[in-house]
Amino acid sequence: MRRGREAHPPASRIPHPAARILVSKEKILATTTTTTSPHGHADHGHAAHGPELQHHFCTPAQQKEAATLGMWVFLVTEVMLFGGIFMAYAVYRWAFPEVWAEAAYHLNTPLGTINTVVLLVSSLTVALAVSAAEAGKRTRVIQLLLVTMVLGVAFLGLKAYEYSEKFSHCAGYSTPAQWVGGGEQHAVYECLVPGQAFLFPADKTTGVSNAPTVAGQGTPYQLFFFLYFVATSLHAVHMLIGLTIMGYLAFITWRGVITPTYFTPIEIGGLYWHLIDIVWVFLFPLFYLVH
Amino acid sequence: MRDFPLFPEQASTFAGPVDALYWTLVGLSLIFGGVLPFIILYLMVRYHRSQKADRTNQVHSSLPLELTWTVIPLVLVLAVFFWGAFLYIEIRNPPDRSLEIYVIGKQWMWHVQHPNGKRENNELHVPIGQPVRLVMTSQDVIHSFYIPAFRVKQDVLPGRYTTMWFEATEPGEYHLFCAEYCGTEHSLMVGRVVAMRMADYERWLTTPGEIILPDGSTGGAVASPLVGAIGDPMVLAGSQLFATGLGCASCHRNDGLGIGPNLEGIYGTEVRLDNGELVFADENYLRESILNPAAKVATGYANVMPTYDGQVSEDQMNQLLAYLKSLGAADAE
Amino acid sequence: MATTALPGHNYLQDDASTVGAWFKSWFLTVDHKRIALLYLLSINVFFLLGGLAATVIRVELITPQGDLLSADLYNRAFTLHGIIMVFFFLIPGTPAVLGNFLVPLMIGARDMAFPRLNLFSWYLYMAGGLFALTAAIFGGVDTGWTFYTPFSSTYANSNVILTIAGAFIMGFSSIATGVNFIVTIHTMRAPGMTWFRLPLFIWSSYATSLIIVLATPVVGITLLLVAIERIWGVGIFDPALGGDPLLFQHLFWFYSHPAVYIMILPGFGVISELIAAFSRKRVFGYEFIAFSSMAIALLGFLVWGHHMFVSGQSVYAGLVFSFLTMLVAIPSAIKIFNWTATLYKGSISYRTPMLYALGFMGLFVIGGLTGIFLGIVAIDIHVTDTYFVVAHFHYVMVGGAIMAYLGGIHYWWPKMTGRMYSEVWGGISALIIFVGFNMTFFPQFVVGYLGMPRRYHVYPEEFQVLHVLSSAGATILAIGFIIPIIYLTLSLWTGKEAGNNPWDATGLEWQVSSPPPTHNFLEIPVVTTEAYAYAPDAAEQDAANWRPGSPL
Repeated sequence: MRRGREAHPPASRIPHPAARILVSKEKILATTTTTTSPHGHADHGHAAHGPELQHHFCTPAQQKEAATLGMWVFLVTEVMLFGGIFMAYAVYRWAFPEVWAEAAYHLNTPLGTINTVVLLVSSLTVALAVSAAEAGKRTRVIQLLLVTMVLGVAFLGLKAYEYSEKFSHCAGYSTPAQWVGGGEQHAVYECLVPGQAFLFPADKTTGVSNAPTVAGQGTPYQLFFFLYFVATSLHAVHMLIGLTIMGYLAFITWRGVITPTYFTPIEIGGLYWHLIDIVWVFLFPLFYLVH
Repeated sequence: MRDFPLFPEQASTFAGPVDALYWTLVGLSLIFGGVLPFIILYLMVRYHRSQKADRTNQVHSSLPLELTWTVIPLVLVLAVFFWGAFLYIEIRNPPDRSLEIYVIGKQWMWHVQHPNGKRENNELHVPIGQPVRLVMTSQDVIHSFYIPAFRVKQDVLPGRYTTMWFEATEPGEYHLFCAEYCGTEHSLMVGRVVAMRMADYERWLTTPGEIILPDGSTGGAVASPLVGAIGDPMVLAGSQLFATGLGCASCHRNDGLGIGPNLEGIYGTEVRLDNGELVFADENYLRESILNPAAKVATGYANVMPTYDGQVSEDQMNQLLAYLKSLGAADAE
Repeated sequence: MATTALPGHNYLQDDASTVGAWFKSWFLTVDHKRIALLYLLSINVFFLLGGLAATVIRVELITPQGDLLSADLYNRAFTLHGIIMVFFFLIPGTPAVLGNFLVPLMIGARDMAFPRLNLFSWYLYMAGGLFALTAAIFGGVDTGWTFYTPFSSTYANSNVILTIAGAFIMGFSSIATGVNFIVTIHTMRAPGMTWFRLPLFIWSSYATSLIIVLATPVVGITLLLVAIERIWGVGIFDPALGGDPLLFQHLFWFYSHPAVYIMILPGFGVISELIAAFSRKRVFGYEFIAFSSMAIALLGFLVWGHHMFVSGQSVYAGLVFSFLTMLVAIPSAIKIFNWTATLYKGSISYRTPMLYALGFMGLFVIGGLTGIFLGIVAIDIHVTDTYFVVAHFHYVMVGGAIMAYLGGIHYWWPKMTGRMYSEVWGGISALIIFVGFNMTFFPQFVVGYLGMPRRYHVYPEEFQVLHVLSSAGATILAIGFIIPIIYLTLSLWTGKEAGNNPWDATGLEWQVSSPPPTHNFLEIPVVTTEAYAYAPDAAEQDAANWRPGSPL
């Protein structure tokens, strides 16, 4: 009954890296079909490979390939996550092209431009950090990662200013400083934060001949700003995660985990950071530059 | 035990063609779904391990076989697809001169108004032998207007119009269901469709029944001075809204000299927008232009119309539409 | 075979001396096989909960009046049934239990590529489940599992947010599993294990993972937008806010249609394994079955609009989606025909897993063919949102996915536990399930074409006979589901020792001991043969060796 398999035995086996002893075919058949020998894994030394090789991988190259592919697949899921928002964006922009053009005038394009530059530079510093890691320059890696973090924080700071500008207008102040300090109020003429108070202004300064009358909740103008807030805040959440990762990478580099032969964490952390940048590179023109 | 049906009544012009396609599919399914299990059963018994059978010369793949069972099903499904597609196009395109009846869905009732102003709740009276087009919208969530005996169903959405048409063939009473889950009393959002001969329908239309207010509530109302308890015809109610109630006529003058475009005959035509695009002036375009005028501005006119969002009830919107359509019809004659 | 001692040193064995250490060895394990068992237990608990909700529904529907439950309670019951069965049973079911257990074993790897991520995905699953159950305990949710806007975002006054949070977290669990499968299958295959030597279960798991990775994030963001709209009253779906309720349906079905294939594709993989093993020959048309899985995964992304034929989408959209839907029938048909051809000249045995596989083929054919009815718009207009649809997707989900899941559980049970289950009870319960299933759901095709809408708690009296028939069938079906739980559990103590390869099947998983050692393979095997390398005369030999008294 249970003979069938013998006709097609596996030709040979590759030994576990921890036990690199070549064994004959006959012996392997015996060892795979019985499990009398203890696994002997807990006591294996790390002589053959670095401490970072996990037990279930055969070679460091395999481990690196898995980690890198894993990050790429994860990035695909991130793209699809933002893809949902881009889909909604596309549908409504197609439905209300003029609304989109007018609404975009009310975003702070200079700040957005500065932020774009800040992020692009941070991508550069991450890329430099990867090559520094490859070259084994530990201090340099830490420095570059810290610069990246500073740039990331700067981006978030500017983004926070943009948000507070929008909120302070809703509260009736023209600048966030007045909003915080309780300066002089001016008449409420716009509120670009979606919600009950949403009010899109009859702005005569944009140069659009058919500037609309004041429009409140329930108009397509609100859709633009809703998507703007959701997309940029989702992006900001990813920035925060990215900053945490950068901090962790700087920490493990400082601890000496990263070596010229093992710098996969820096590489895949860098991939994640680049993705965040690329998402912003799409968000910026789609929201700020549609007019 | 009371008797129970196994197949629905056929009471519209769609029922026959839809059922014909259905039975064809059932037949094809029996060939596949009925014969294949017997082949499987046969193989199961013939090649059971206890059976002496020829098991030599096994084949593990065969391109001709694979192509056969790829191409034959493909041809069959494409054939039924095209059959279904033509039928679908017919179901979606109402004939001209359909009788238009307005339907409003809300949690959890159907409110219907006929052109002459007669209203009914959870019932729909229609004449037989006459294409009927339902113009439907919802006041709250998504509903779905479903008459099984007519084989028609259409979701009813808030914030826009959806339409469907049918031509009843057999007088009788049929189920009316809400088919899209809409909340607590979804299963009670049911009613009946009464198909009657044209003469009976016309008599029913002019017979005052229970007084139903525009919000669907009943009783305690003052009858309209014009047509007694039936209420104002929709076109008349719409013209009053247009002229005085909402004041549309002060800008949309019929001599073309107003701030806004002349709306006579606009329904069913193509309108050029200020960005050069052409849009078809259907119910949804007219509705959007009233509630959200800035979205699509006709070329040659300034974007100055204020929004009427929140000022026009769904019921009034229907009357305005009936009026605007009547302007078109008057021109055509 | 009097002994009941299992081979020493397998993954089930514990060296733990204290209760704390035992807990740690299970709840902090990174062994894919232990994680699979954690999933097996938790998923079956959710299946029972979902089944309980189904029981309540079927009991209520025995009479046309709403006499057992209030309308609100009924709505909460069917929503709970849908959410638990879809998100917490069918989607994770086969991949997380059988996939987790088998993928590394089948491709010759010691574990998943990311073992800790694998454990994390189980915790996410449990967290998501906890949210959904909390929502159910504190009043439930009444939106239906589809969360259609604007009902879910504005009008429903039940625990929508908690439930959405549960589904959202569960989505991350799926993604973690999907990423793990893709990377594992790409990078961890043993030397010589080329793509076309992979078992078909691996192909279907791979196709499933692609769908998970591409589709799940979209429903994640969609549910997030619904939650925002509900909490702050700002959003893009409610027409009162200027939005479009149909956009939700597009985004939702962009995930949820492919999600259907997440549920059924792993089942296809299981069936391919079972049919080959119990016919004692190579699967017919290996490449065609493998590529048809990929074709289904790809087409699955292009047909979401067929859920929206009456929603108000344009005639053109309806025709395009209908056409693409017709094409999905082809790869499904190819699979069925190839499986049937595999039986030809085989040596077939009626062991329990094979009975499930044959049941699967019969039921899936009906489920698939009625899918063609629904894909044709003219007929769909009449039957969508009726019991016809309910019957159709239960034929695919229960008749397909659950039959395959149960068949797979029985087939690999000896490998997972080292014990044989009772064949007699296995055969009996497979037959009970088959009969009960058809009795439950076939009448629903009839009552659906009659026009009975789904999600109705009160219905016209003339539909009662068919509903009573359906409820009676559900009782039988429930019994059929309970029996395996009993005899499978008992087999852990009383079952015969299975041995390494009780089915005499090919495949790497049958070459290690039962239960497998902790790290699967002491030496990574080098593969020189294809997955179904039965000898050309294997079927002949098997039949020749049959004597009265051998297993049927």
